[in-house]
Amino acid sequence: MIALMREQWDLLLENRWLVPILLVIGFGLAFAIPEYNLLSVYVQLILMYAGINIILAVSLNLVNGYMGEFSLAHAGFMAVGAYTAVLLTMKVFPVAGFPFLFPCAVFAGGLAAALLGIIVAIPSFKVRGDYLAIITLAFLMIVKSLIENIDFIGGPRGISGIMKLTTLPWVFFWTVALVWMVRNFIYSKYGRGVLSIREDEIASDLMSVNTRHVKFFAFMLSSFCAGIAGALFAHLLQFISPRIFDITKSTDILIMVYLGGIASIGGSILGATLFTVLLELLRPSTMAALLSWLPSFVFEPLNEHFISHLGVWRMVIMPLALILVMLYWPRGIMGLREFRGFIPRRDREAHHYINPQGEEPDGATDRR
Amino acid sequence: MSDEVVYWLQQTLNALQLGSIYALIALGYTMVYGILTMINFAHGDVFMIGAFFCFLLSSMLGLTFAPTLLLTMLGTALLGVVIERLAYKPLRQAPRVSAIITALGVGLFLENFTLALSPYPKHIPMLLENVTWNLHGISLSSIQAVIISLSLGLMLLLDYIVHRTSIGMAMRAISWDKTYVPLMGIPVDLIISITFAIGAGLAGAAGTMYALAYPVIDPYMGITVGWKAFICAVVGGIGNIRGAMVGAFILGGVEIMVVAFFPSTYRDFVAFTLLMLLIVIRPYGILGKPRIQKV
Repeated sequence: MIALMREQWDLLLENRWLVPILLVIGFGLAFAIPEYNLLSVYVQLILMYAGINIILAVSLNLVNGYMGEFSLAHAGFMAVGAYTAVLLTMKVFPVAGFPFLFPCAVFAGGLAAALLGIIVAIPSFKVRGDYLAIITLAFLMIVKSLIENIDFIGGPRGISGIMKLTTLPWVFFWTVALVWMVRNFIYSKYGRGVLSIREDEIASDLMSVNTRHVKFFAFMLSSFCAGIAGALFAHLLQFISPRIFDITKSTDILIMVYLGGIASIGGSILGATLFTVLLELLRPSTMAALLSWLPSFVFEPLNEHFISHLGVWRMVIMPLALILVMLYWPRGIMGLREFRGFIPRRDREAHHYINPQGEEPDGATDRR
Repeated sequence: MSDEVVYWLQQTLNALQLGSIYALIALGYTMVYGILTMINFAHGDVFMIGAFFCFLLSSMLGLTFAPTLLLTMLGTALLGVVIERLAYKPLRQAPRVSAIITALGVGLFLENFTLALSPYPKHIPMLLENVTWNLHGISLSSIQAVIISLSLGLMLLLDYIVHRTSIGMAMRAISWDKTYVPLMGIPVDLIISITFAIGAGLAGAAGTMYALAYPVIDPYMGITVGWKAFICAVVGGIGNIRGAMVGAFILGGVEIMVVAFFPSTYRDFVAFTLLMLLIVIRPYGILGKPRIQKV
């Protein structure tokens, strides 16, 4: 019975029409939900944050998971993208053309972040490991400090009154497009280079992998995605300041990546979604709304002694959960494994060669 | 003395004060890295907990400076050992990255736990009488003198422990080779715990001194100071104890000089740009030795 279901499942995955159909359904939903208010505004907001977090986690996984470096600069790239896009929409573009010019602003934010990605990419030719981590950290601090010192863009006060231009269809579009881009990059010639750098940089250099090119493109793609996520984030939150993009933001993204598991796109998507949803579930108001179906003699004491304190304590529960996950589940949810649907058709049979550290040699885990 | 010399000496004194606080924290990073090749990202928050211990002991119990300092160091040393035993020891065989993430998690936990217990910044009472001496135009406050002399003393003590005692020899042996050292009868777990205790104790001392010099403390103070101390450790060559001290005084000097010549908001910008350039030029730190990689 289970074997038959698995066979059917594999057949479904092999179907050429599966991805286009899913995409059309997704886009339809993304347009329909805000149009007809199928979900409450709050849930829509969480969906949009989840999409942005997915972009961030997948792109950070490219550097931290697939390439095996340790980058802390992602919040800095986000800041660059956010500020570029916000300056374009607030000071440059005319108000009339917004629905059409917004994607241009987001794209420009991504490009600006990608250009700054070169600053991190070039030292990475020479520096590795912990020292590269310091360079990315220094980059983040430099970006933050520069923004604080430029009065034209608000300095430490930040920019408020940004128009809310990020909508669910746009988030869906960028998430799908960028995840698709990163996935194609990983399974391309360059992607093989990225994996070989993680396994052994000197050996891959000797095997005529152009490690400089590979690192250059990997860092640029990763920071491009972060810039776009930053631009979307700014137009969703409607307020940006250097404090938002500090080291804690980078730490959040790291948590998503390692919770989901390194070197796995599916893992990053799961990790980012779980992180966003869990953090929201632990809000006192959400928790109270979710548990309000309980009989009042259970609910009232629970609300008084537990739920109303969550506002402070949820930030304590979250790192504690992370520590426990790492202690008992060090690879994260999907560490070094992948959903079969994310692997290009030509690579499915050979996938376990790409992740040689995976434990099951027969590739059975790939079928999850 | 001419005004210029006085000015420079004054700035050097300020740099020494900042640098010695950085050095005490950086030593903890570099010792743990030397032994476990692990970046203990929670270390900056141990420093913060040290400052809060100092607050508890001085304002709640009304202790004077010396017992406060000693009890704070003891408390943070204990905290360091507990963190190591509960969070890091089970991960010693795991991939390096999971240890790093756990350390980040421990740091976040300490910050937010403290925040949940004390949501508002705390003000430390005056622990020492603040006298300012004037030597040919250079002003030296008693707090400055205590911070500089005490941390130099602690650093000398640590240098003695690491280079002259059997515990120090065991530490250096473990950082040299992890496969054969246990076979020589060296209790690896105990030595690692001692390393964490010493590092965290020094961070506690740094927390007390920081609270002396800048008496308003909040749960997030450990982030910036901790990262900067980490950078000191890397600049000096991570894993190298004397390097951490050199790096700390360099960063302290750079920060003070930037504030002296530019608007103070540019401090982080200039300091981090210089550090980035330094790492690109000398990727293994000032006193570190380049490791030859073999395939």
